[in-house]
Amino acid sequence: MDLKLDHHTQDDTEIVVVEGEIDVYTAPRLRELLIDLVNKGNFHLVVNMEKVEFLDSTGLGVLVGGLKRVRAHDGTLDLVCTQERILKIFRITGLTKVFGIYESVQDAIDKRKSK
Amino acid sequence: MALVQLTISALPAHVRTARLMATAVARRAGIAESALDEIRLAVGEACSRAVEAHRLHCPSQPIQLDLIDGGGPRGAAAAPAGPTRAPHNGHRGHRFEVVVLDRAPAKEPAPDLGDPVVHGDVRLGDEPTPPGGISGLSPDVGLAVILGLADEVSIEPHEDGTVVRMSWPLERTDPEADSELVG
Repeated sequence: MDLKLDHHTQDDTEIVVVEGEIDVYTAPRLRELLIDLVNKGNFHLVVNMEKVEFLDSTGLGVLVGGLKRVRAHDGTLDLVCTQERILKIFRITGLTKVFGIYESVQDAIDKRKSK
Repeated sequence: MALVQLTISALPAHVRTARLMATAVARRAGIAESALDEIRLAVGEACSRAVEAHRLHCPSQPIQLDLIDGGGPRGAAAAPAGPTRAPHNGHRGHRFEVVVLDRAPAKEPAPDLGDPVVHGDVRLGDEPTPPGGISGLSPDVGLAVILGLADEVSIEPHEDGTVVRMSWPLERTDPEADSELVG
């Protein structure tokens, strides 16, 4: 399936809901959304990847780019993902140490607010 | 050996086509279900890398994908056409092999296959945007992912470009089972 993107605000955090496949074809759309959100002053992002069916290194690059942008504003970009096949690429690349990866959106928000 | 050959234009949309085709052929070859996701991701990485390289250097040239069922009936297909095949690191029988052949100039020096994986201290401050400009990671991360996923990998330059060769063991022991499987 193609990529579906949605976002909404929850507890002062912008939640980006991603559904479908993130690859070299679709990743630019996610990148544009993340840039747009940051440009509009949203510096605390949670990307919900529970409905992501495929993620490659291009998608990882977009997430890292988004993390860099929010960190420039002392912000955060955390992920929600429990799918082993998606988590695998984070482990292979060592990015589990870079992103906060949580089991639910609320967990991600609570963790950030507790810091 | 049975061969499925796919030629795609250097367009990002066709990377998904290549992934789907590789997964379908791997499933038909008898690859374990647990390895199909690895094949899908590794083939996607190899094709993404090739597409980006072609878009930069030779956008009109096609990218070739060979999907080789090494456990299939012998003589079912001729050896893949194209550049001279590099020696394989393991025995060729009873493996599912994917060969991605691009025609973009090979980068020098060749990627270090020893330890290219990104570690926890990813540098976020100097975004190394690759050709195409959408990634915050080095293009070599794609190769690192391939190395992490495929059972055997070789990445070698040839006279026209680069050959990425990946393979996985086949569980199937009876080549005749091939005839029972359809689409």
